[in-house]
Amino acid sequence: MSESWIDTGPVDRILSEDVAPFEHEGKQYALYRTADDRYFATDGLCTHEAVELADGFVQDTIIECPMHNGRFDFTTGEAKGAPACINLATYPVKVEGGRLLIKLN
Amino acid sequence: MSATTITRDYSLVGPEADKAVAAGLASARWYTPPISRAELKELMRRDDGPAIRDTLIWFAAFIVSGGLGYYFWGTWAAVPFFIVYAVLYGSSTDSRWHECGHRTAFKTQWMNDAVYQIACFMIMREPEIWRWSHTRHHTDTIIVGRDPEIITPRPPDVLSLALNVFALKSAFSFFQKVFLHARGRLTEEEATFVPESERSKVYFVARIYLAIYALVLVACFAFHSILPAMYVGLPTLYGGWFALYCGMTQHLGLAEDVLDHRLNARTIYMNPIFRFLYWNMNYHVEHHIFPTVPYHALPKLHEAIKADCPTPYPSSIAAYREIIPTLLRQLRDPTYFVRRELPPSAQPEVTATRVVKVGRAV
Repeated sequence: MSESWIDTGPVDRILSEDVAPFEHEGKQYALYRTADDRYFATDGLCTHEAVELADGFVQDTIIECPMHNGRFDFTTGEAKGAPACINLATYPVKVEGGRLLIKLN
Repeated sequence: MSATTITRDYSLVGPEADKAVAAGLASARWYTPPISRAELKELMRRDDGPAIRDTLIWFAAFIVSGGLGYYFWGTWAAVPFFIVYAVLYGSSTDSRWHECGHRTAFKTQWMNDAVYQIACFMIMREPEIWRWSHTRHHTDTIIVGRDPEIITPRPPDVLSLALNVFALKSAFSFFQKVFLHARGRLTEEEATFVPESERSKVYFVARIYLAIYALVLVACFAFHSILPAMYVGLPTLYGGWFALYCGMTQHLGLAEDVLDHRLNARTIYMNPIFRFLYWNMNYHVEHHIFPTVPYHALPKLHEAIKADCPTPYPSSIAAYREIIPTLLRQLRDPTYFVRRELPPSAQPEVTATRVVKVGRAV
């Protein structure tokens, strides 16, 4: 299976300590920027009820689902308690020339 | 068939559940008003300060009312203090349970969890069951066959509402279920929304609850007094009326089976005491649209999106002027409901039910 780095757009489209959506080949991803400008990526839909995480709330390294407040550590994908019980998939990212790249299989 | 004979099955395991799924009403995408990401992000920001302040006042009110109730026990002077204590215990816990269940009241999560557990016990709502029940309520708000928290069906179950003025029906149901859960079982409906992985917690907490109530009973017999139960257990009953008073305003009489919280929830202006007891859940449209916004930011959220929402009710009395006649009419005509009017500035409504004229639907 080939792996490739995909350009998601300029890093500054993600606010500090926030999340933004990204779609590639029909699949949704969530891109995160921490308060100290570190970047992360996970699947875009909550593992509880497939709600878009990009509408959620970021606090430190936690993303909270906008519908049911399920919480995940987006640096590891770990579900942090009900109703989120299944971990999120995470993806490597890197910044090049002011743009955020995500590594997808 | 006349309109008065039309009834629907509100259980989660009946034919309406399948119909809701087939109609695309289950786990559907709901309407959200236009608001900038930056503004919403600011409104969602968590803060321990307001909830710590409110919780300290709350605990102080328990101590003062409970202490003076004890001091005056045996005289009529104890009555007002026990009424205050009971409203705190059996009604204000509704909003504490709710907000801390969303984990938005405090920034610090253990504080949310601690107040959640305390409030759940006081209001006789098992924490794991109600966490999952409320999750479903937000997924499928007032979708018949999907939402386990529809307060009364159409036509209204007036007897149940009357019994719940003193939480009689809800408390009876609570003890029935606690005994069931303590034996390691769920009801058929609960099994539709509580995941397998979480069920052991339900059984564990049910056994703890039973142990606590058994201790209260033992204390009452040991002291030959009802006084221990006046502090633990009975206040849920004799103080539950205010929770019902507020809870009935949230959705009752409004549209079913729509995907737009502006049409099936009410925002009501309330006085500061009610808002303290109810933790701003009078901004109920706003809460449902953006459940990640903490209670203390709901007034600001209301200002931000009110041009896109129906006119708020000026008071709870004004809401009841609509609710009571609506319930009475629904006794004769279960298809009747109040259709909320959106202002000209609002985005179009989202309904999954074809509305043919005001107050009637097919």
